[in-house]
Amino acid sequence: MNQVKKKRKKTFSKFLIGFVLLVIVLIWTIPTFGVFVTSFRDSKDIYGSGWWSVLPHKDLAKTGEFEIPQETDPNIPITIDGYTATFEEWRKGIEVEKGKTFRWYGNKRSRKIEVFEKKWVGFGANLTLNNYRDVLTGGKVTFKDATGNEISRKGNNFADAVLNSLAVTIPATIIPILIAAFAAYAFAWMEFPGRRPMFIMVVALLVVPLQVALIPILRDFTRWGLNGTFVSMWMAHTGFGLPLAIYLLYNYISNLPRDIFESAYLDGATPFTTFVRLVLPLSVPALASFSIFQFLWVWNDYLVALIFLGDRNRVVTSALAAMVGEKGQDWHLLTSGAFLSMILPLMVFFGLQRFFVRGLMAGSVKG
Amino acid sequence: MDQNSRGVNRYLILLALIVLTAFVLIGGFFLLQNIQEYKVLMTLFAVVWGLGSVALLYYTLNNLAQSMPHKIRSVAVAFVFAGPAILFLFWALVLPTLRSFALSFLDANGTKLVLFDNYKFAFTDPRMLESFKNNLLWMIFGTSTCVVLGLIIAVLADKSKREKLIKSLIFMPMAISFVGAGVIWKFIYAYKGTGINITEIGLLNAIVTMFGGEAQAWLLIPGWNNFLLIIIMVWLQTGYAMVIMSSAIKAIPEEINEAARVDGANGFTIFFRITIPYIMPTIVTVTTTILIFSLKLFDIVRVMTGGQYGTNVIANEFYMRQFTHGHSGQASAIAIVLLVFIIPVLAYNLRQFRGRKVLK
Repeated sequence: MNQVKKKRKKTFSKFLIGFVLLVIVLIWTIPTFGVFVTSFRDSKDIYGSGWWSVLPHKDLAKTGEFEIPQETDPNIPITIDGYTATFEEWRKGIEVEKGKTFRWYGNKRSRKIEVFEKKWVGFGANLTLNNYRDVLTGGKVTFKDATGNEISRKGNNFADAVLNSLAVTIPATIIPILIAAFAAYAFAWMEFPGRRPMFIMVVALLVVPLQVALIPILRDFTRWGLNGTFVSMWMAHTGFGLPLAIYLLYNYISNLPRDIFESAYLDGATPFTTFVRLVLPLSVPALASFSIFQFLWVWNDYLVALIFLGDRNRVVTSALAAMVGEKGQDWHLLTSGAFLSMILPLMVFFGLQRFFVRGLMAGSVKG
Repeated sequence: MDQNSRGVNRYLILLALIVLTAFVLIGGFFLLQNIQEYKVLMTLFAVVWGLGSVALLYYTLNNLAQSMPHKIRSVAVAFVFAGPAILFLFWALVLPTLRSFALSFLDANGTKLVLFDNYKFAFTDPRMLESFKNNLLWMIFGTSTCVVLGLIIAVLADKSKREKLIKSLIFMPMAISFVGAGVIWKFIYAYKGTGINITEIGLLNAIVTMFGGEAQAWLLIPGWNNFLLIIIMVWLQTGYAMVIMSSAIKAIPEEINEAARVDGANGFTIFFRITIPYIMPTIVTVTTTILIFSLKLFDIVRVMTGGQYGTNVIANEFYMRQFTHGHSGQASAIAIVLLVFIIPVLAYNLRQFRGRKVLK
């Protein structure tokens, strides 16, 4: 008897856990899903209704309209089709029979009544790729807003922003890794004066906020004529990424078995050859972990790009932020722009998740 | 060849290498400056140049070090390996910190000495005070929610069959930029306004109106808007907390839980009496990381509200002081204040580091 009770309790708790997890996962994924769906909707629809109306559902759809006699006084209760109500109530809409609603359209003078009926809507919603096309191009684009007006504007040239992001991110990922690998090897396996204080400095720099470095570096770049160039971004991101890179790679390289190096030295290999031929290949998991980390960090960075790159060569983050700044006219372009900025990092993330997680843990799990 | 000429040859090759390296580095640098227009070509060239010149640099320097007299050779090589990194760190982080410190005592252009005026500003200006209050809110509510939620999800997901999928989905927002997240949540908090026949397109307002409430311009409501923004951070960072703590939980030896169950403990007791104490160091690490993140937070606030309607944060005020008001003295003071706030964590990390047996 006790066994059955225990089993029932176990199944119930399993069910409860599953349910809670489902709710949490839904809450977590709906925001992104919403924007994803919206990016494929026609601009007019985006301003007119929420993205969930793409899903098939029963909603009030306008099926007709008619006018009430001119003499009707809107200031006293009005009778239509047997129903009597005040102007305000008609304005909100009154269900005159099951599934049919009359609603007063406009102000007191219009005397137009709209008829709504409950229907299945959402099938064959206006899906389009226009938003993506319009945000990518730099030429002229036209689209419709909520009231159907045609608006014409210059495209956002997002394609350029994506290229810029690539141009910034790839070198800014590769260069720090190389420099950090050399340094990590030195810290792990070489003796030199100042080794410990230098490494302590690296650990301390792990938490230093970017903000303390931005203004002085900006002054340097202005003085060297590097303002707004990609080189400045590579240098800045290398500097900012080195502490974590050195720390992670040090953790990994210092755990490599000592005998490998001993036998290499015995064979007369120099530290350089040992590093290039042995350490680097062996450290590929750690190198991969940090690469993904740094790639995501640089691609998604906004502050550094805003300050050092400026308006001339916007990357996806600063381009997107600039679009947000505009007064809500081009929301439909925001969605496709946002998604374009996310595709690459999401692909990198999902494809190489293992390495990413491993990299995170290397710095964080204690005990 | 006798010893002498071999030595001379060696030095000649070394000299040639140094010249080549300098040429590649500087030449490539200038070339990149001038072909900014051809993006694809430039990126490819930059990657090759970046990798190539760094490799060449190390190779040359290493040869230089190897040719040093035997006594200082190994130290020279070590400096070659670690030197570039150290120099970079000095230029990019250590020196700027000192320079920011110096700038914080100067005026707007960094020319005249104003001593503590900027710090007085930082601690009395109403916008700064508002930022302190807000950052405190972010730190307390944001961090605790992330950690608690991450812990709960880690524990629950551990018991589920679709654990990997669940963790992937919760973790996914980490790959998105904060600007992108801002756009996503902008659509949730959207407010169409009053008027005739308005259907709310923001998810939150749609839910509210579905239950009969009135739609609001959420981000403009002082007080509430901070929490709505904090929710975005929670959405982004909980995955991180969850992943780290999940692996820490999995590292707990199963025998301990078994023994506890034999002694009659149920799930809750095990959670509070065994799991949490066991992974406490990890919880502390995760908490400090997210705490620091919430102190430096800039993108979300800037993109969603621009720091208005009572949502200003320190990092945003830093940006405004430097780039909108052009006052590098005040901005630097704010940056130093940020650094000072972080010092407790720095000290803790250093103490942890000293405790470990590193760098024997």
